[in-house]
Order: sequence, then structure tokens, then C-alpha cells
Amino acid sequence: MATATPSELHPVGAFVPLPFRVAERRQDTGDTWTLTLEPEESGFAVEPGQFAMVHVFGVGEVPISVSGPPERPGDPIVLTVRAVGAVSGAICASELGALLGLRGPCGNSWPIAEATAGDVVVVAGGIGLAPLRPVVLHTLAQRDSYGAVSVLYGARTPADLLYTDQLEEWRSTIAVDVTVDAAEPPWKGKVGVVPKLVATAEFRPEAVTAFVCGPEVMMHFTVQALRERGVPDERIMLSLERDMRCGIGLCGHCQLGPTLVCRDGPVYSQADVGALLGVREL
Amino acid sequence: MESERSVVIAPEALDDLIGALRRRGFRVLGPTVRDGAIVYDELDSASELPIGVTDRQEPGSYRLEERDDEARFGYAVGPHSWKRFLFPPRITLWRAKAENGGRKIEEEPPNETQLAFIGVRSCELSAIAIQDRVFIGGKFVDRDYAARRDGAFLLAVNCGEPGANCFCASMDAGPRVRDPYDLALTEMLDGEHRFLVEVGSERGADVLAELPSVPASQSDVASALAVTNDAAARMTKAMPQVDLHALLAGSLEHPRWDDVASRCLSCTNCTLVCPTCFCSSVEDTSDLAGVETARERVWDSCFSLDYSYIHGGSIRASSRSRYRQWLTHKLGTWVDQFGTAGCVGCGRCITWCPVGIDITEEVAALSKQEEKSHAATA
Ligand SMILES: Cc1cc2nc3c(=O)[nH]c(=O)nc-3n(C[C@H](O)[C@H](O)[C@H](O)COP(=O)(O)OP(=O)(O)OC[C@H]3O[C@@H](n4cnc5c(N)ncnc54)[C@H](O)[C@@H]3O)c2cc1C
Ligand code: SF4
Ligand code: SF4
Repeated sequence: MATATPSELHPVGAFVPLPFRVAERRQDTGDTWTLTLEPEESGFAVEPGQFAMVHVFGVGEVPISVSGPPERPGDPIVLTVRAVGAVSGAICASELGALLGLRGPCGNSWPIAEATAGDVVVVAGGIGLAPLRPVVLHTLAQRDSYGAVSVLYGARTPADLLYTDQLEEWRSTIAVDVTVDAAEPPWKGKVGVVPKLVATAEFRPEAVTAFVCGPEVMMHFTVQALRERGVPDERIMLSLERDMRCGIGLCGHCQLGPTLVCRDGPVYSQADVGALLGVREL
Repeated sequence: MESERSVVIAPEALDDLIGALRRRGFRVLGPTVRDGAIVYDELDSASELPIGVTDRQEPGSYRLEERDDEARFGYAVGPHSWKRFLFPPRITLWRAKAENGGRKIEEEPPNETQLAFIGVRSCELSAIAIQDRVFIGGKFVDRDYAARRDGAFLLAVNCGEPGANCFCASMDAGPRVRDPYDLALTEMLDGEHRFLVEVGSERGADVLAELPSVPASQSDVASALAVTNDAAARMTKAMPQVDLHALLAGSLEHPRWDDVASRCLSCTNCTLVCPTCFCSSVEDTSDLAGVETARERVWDSCFSLDYSYIHGGSIRASSRSRYRQWLTHKLGTWVDQFGTAGCVGCGRCITWCPVGIDITEEVAALSKQEEKSHAATA
């Protein structure tokens, strides 16, 4: 799995962010925005699944997954952020041209190279689609390297669905199955929770890698559904969320038993963390 | 013990020692009495050491008493540890200033004053070695810690006066110093008051060369050894000798956590006094106009509710889960994360816990019931 080396992460100093400017800004849903950020001086390359510590000057800093990864250090970085509190709210409220500070790349990445030649199933709940978007983009770009590819995506209501235009685009190349927890007409799509989509998704259980991100209960039931189809725990990959103050394994906040989620994760296999996630309040 | 390099110095030579370090540009830090406790602070002279003072410790209690001798290091450990100088309670990480439509971000320059620590106990050397692994031994290096730690002069003192809460021997962390030091003293109060000095580095030898000393005799060496042997023999507390890592990993749903949760106040004292606890948080400040902002790092504790907060609520909402996190980390998962356990048996967490929760008792309770359940299944 790819990991950040200190030189990638510390162009100035471990805790010092690099300035990025808001170059594009798009509202996805009532509370979620996608921002394209251009590096002022230098940026960094990011692998699918890695995140950045995003700083709003004078407000605070929070971990945000990269939803559109730059391939080269100078490329823009795309983030999709849901405004749930002080810092995420301030990120979403950043105007065009505003400066944000970014540190990264932090954490490990989705094992997409290891999934080559097999099938891929992406299962996302809510904002969980953001860290998975790079996986989808990768399979689209390298379509011939993968077998069946499907995206199973759920949100609370139709109005909460992210990337609706892109979902349509993706449908022409890969399978996209969308559901919402609750809806009223004119919604004609599925109603129900995402894990339910697993049963009918097209993949070979013995040759699939599952990439899962969403609220922990959603991941719990998704894992159960994948297991019922015979997908082994080693090939069920989960991206976890924990409190993070430093993003580089020094502040202690993101501990999950023996691991530090910012350093050893955020991506784990169910085989690695299933038992830990089963312990309440760990 | 390298007897051929050991020498003996008189108590008065400690002043020369502090002088020699100060002349070399060190900021000399050591034990001194303040507000009823032995704390670590800047020392100008050896007269500021806690002369003839000892500490009496019990679970949840600490008080100073007069000794009937002039011992300089006749106490165990106080509420301070060296971590407050290597990993200070609050530092500025960087400042940013808005200018010409951009922002100039400046990392706070690293500490350049060289630190000299006087009277570092064996357990404290072990604690420093543990924090080294956390802050500078991994993939990401804490530059502030590295700058403070780099070149710090360590004047160790072998322990002759274990407190009632000490259990370093059972943690393999004392009472005799073993980890790297520059100079190590053993205070000898039998007969003439004197110190055996062992040399651990070239610069230690350099400093020592400036002090009046005599070569150590066989009997000096023997009485120095007796000091730590006695200390080990007098240590009453011990960590149960079980596989702690396995015990903690297997005790996540143990009923003892409810018991300790009914006593623990989540006051965070244990984590603040612990010489290895390293958790931190960050705070941002801004002037009214938002032109100048700064980011500070402050000590944090796994006992606080905010520590594990993510949108929707704290992961560890109950004090049961927070005490479990602390103990399981300290003695178990710390090994997974950093290749070493996080406890050196200094006893501070027991002394400074307002309700006297004793880490060794909690482990004993976990391991006893563990034995019981093994017996039941056997
Ligand atoms: C690896 C990872 C990837 C993530 N990816 C995304 C993503 O792609 N998109 C997305 O929307 N969300 C993502 N999140 C979640 C996101 O980080 C949280 O929603 C965010 O931290 C909420 O912070 P807030 O300040 O807005 O909310 P709050 O609820 O106000 O605060 C949340 C936490 O931040 C702390 N905090 C608040 N203010 C400050 C401050 N001034 N200084 C320091 N700490 C402060 C709080 O103490 C609390 O612990 C991700 C989380 C992780 C761990
Ligand atoms: S856990 Fe307690 S005894 Fe162990 S090092 Fe920390 S303060 Fe000392
Ligand atoms: S164990 Fe004692 S010192 Fe630690 S948080 Fe609980 S009450 Fe405070």
C-alpha cells in the first residue's frame, strides 16, 4: 500500500500547511460543496483514499479526503466537504480566491492496484462517496484492467445525492445503482438502505474487491451483506473516520486499539479491523 | 559499572557541575522545592536543590518531609517530569499573516537553547526513550521535540529512595540507570556524604574533568551498588508479572472497567503527570481582523470527552471506555504502535489521582479474574 514519505508531507515542516487557493466552487447538495484548490507555490501528489489536513486560517483544521486527486504535485486538489461544524462549515463557505492551508498527503490508500484483473464493487453512503470517487475515476480510466465494476450508492434523500451528473456519465461504462433512505415523488429510483444493493450487484465473490465508506452502521451492514455473498474479509476494504488533530500519528486522537487511523489507515481490511469495530466505544 | 572510570565527588562539587554546564551554554534544569512539592525548574546553583527533603507518597497523596541528613536527591519523583521541557504543555507551531492577498506562513523557529537535566531517574530515562520512539522514532518526526531533545545533557541519579507508589523494578526501568546518560550519580549517605560519578559520554567526561574528584575505591563502588540494591529491595509495589499485552487485549469487556469507572473522575491528572503520555490537541488564535493567526499545540488527555469527538458524538462517551483506553494503551496497544510499552513504573499516576486509583491494582484485578475464567473453562 502506498504511504506518504516524510519528504512528501513536509515541504516546510510537519505542522505547517501549504497555501492553496479556491479556484472552483460548486454546491452539490444543501450542505455539501466541492472545491477545486490550486497550490500557490507547491502542492503534493495524492493517491486514491489519502486525505489532507485542511486548515481555515484562524478557525481550525480537519481531515478531508481528496475526492479528485492530483497526479503531480502541481495539480489542483479537489475536495468534497459536508458542512457539519465550525471548520467544515468554514471550508464550505470559502469564496473563490480564498486561501486555505493544506498538509498532506496523509494516510494510506485504497489498494486499487491489487484489485487489478478482478471485479470491483464500490459501496458508499452519503459523503462516503467522496473518498471513493478516485477509485471510480481510476477504474474508468483503466477500464480494461478490471472485470465487472459497480458503484452502489445511498443517501438520505434524493436531494442529498452527490455528483448526480457524474453518476449518469459513469453509467455508460460501469454499473451504478443508487438508493435513498426516504423519498417522495417524482423520485422513481430505489428506496432503502445501501447494504440491500449488495445482494444483486454484479460481481464474482471470489474475484471481487469491495471498497466501502460511509457511516459505521452502514459499513457494518455492508460487510454482512458482502460476507453473505461469500466475499472474504481480506478483500473488504473500509475507510474509517476518527478524531484527528495532527494527521501524522503524533497526537494520539485517532487510536483504534492497536492502530493509529491517520498513520496506519484510514483504509483497512475487514480482516484487520472487524473485531476492533465490534467493540463498543473502543 | 565501569569502575575504572568512576570517581567520587563531594556534595559541594554539584555547584561546580551546574557552573560547568551553564558555562557551556546549557539551560540547567533540576529539582527544587516549590509550593510543597519537588518540581523541575531552572537552577542557578546547587543550593536550590531539595536539600534534606523527602517526599512521602501514598495513593492520592503527596507531602514533603524533612530528612535527618543533607541528601540532595533523597526523594522519589514529583508531579513534574522532563516531558514538560521536551514536549512543553503549550507551544506555537506556526504563525500566518495576511499580506498582498496571500498569507505568509512561518514555522515557529525550533528551540535552540541546549537543555541540561539534573537528577534524571532511571524511570525517567526510560520515559524519555519511550517518547523518543513516539516523536522521533517513526515515519513522521516532531521537529520541535527533536530540537529540544537533540544534545540535551542528561545527568542521571540512581534512585536510593523509592516512593510507596514506585514499581520501576517490575517494569524493568530501574532503580539503577541503564539507558544512555552523560553522567550518572549515586548519592551515598553511609559514612561521608559523597557521590559516585559514572561517565556515559565524552562530553560527560569533559564536564567531570572540571570538578574536584578522587578516583572511586572498591568500597565506594560497593556502597553505590548497595544503594540501588537496597532501593529495589525496599520497593513494595509491583506490576503483576503477566503478559500485559495479552492480558489487556483479552480484557476489553472485563467487568473491572465498570468498577474503576465508578471511581474515576476523568480529571486527566494521571495523563498530565505521566512522563510518557504524549497526546496533544491544537488551538487556533486570531487577531480581531483575522490578519494574524497562530496555531498552538497543547497537551490533551484521553480522559476528556472532546478527545474522541467526531461529528455526531464522542466515540468514548463513557468514563469506562476512557479509563479502558488509557490503561489498554499504556500497557498493551502502545507496544503495537511504537514497539514498547508506555509505563515505566514511576507511580505518579497513583500519587496524583485524587481518588487514589492504582494502576498495579487495576491490572491485578484484571489478571485475577482472567485466571478465574481460565480455571473455569479448564
Ligand atoms: C480520514 C478522514 C477523511 C474525511 N474525509 C471527509 C471528506 O472527504 N468530506 C467531509 O465532508 N468530511 C470528511 N471527514 C470528516 C470531517 O473531518 C469532519 O466532518 C470534520 O472534522 C468536522 O469538523 P468541524 O469542525 O466542521 O465539526 P465540529 O463538530 O465542530 O468539530 C469536529 C472536531 O473538530 C474539532 N475542532 C473543531 N474546531 C476546531 C478548531 N478550531 N481547532 C481544532 N479542532 C477543532 C472538534 O473539537 C471536534 O473534535 C473525514 C474525516 C476523516 C477522519
Ligand atoms: S502510567 Fe503511571 S506509573 Fe506508568 S509511567 Fe505513567 S505515571 Fe508512571
Ligand atoms: S484515573 Fe484518577 S487521575 Fe486518572 S482521570 Fe481517573 S480520577 Fe483522574
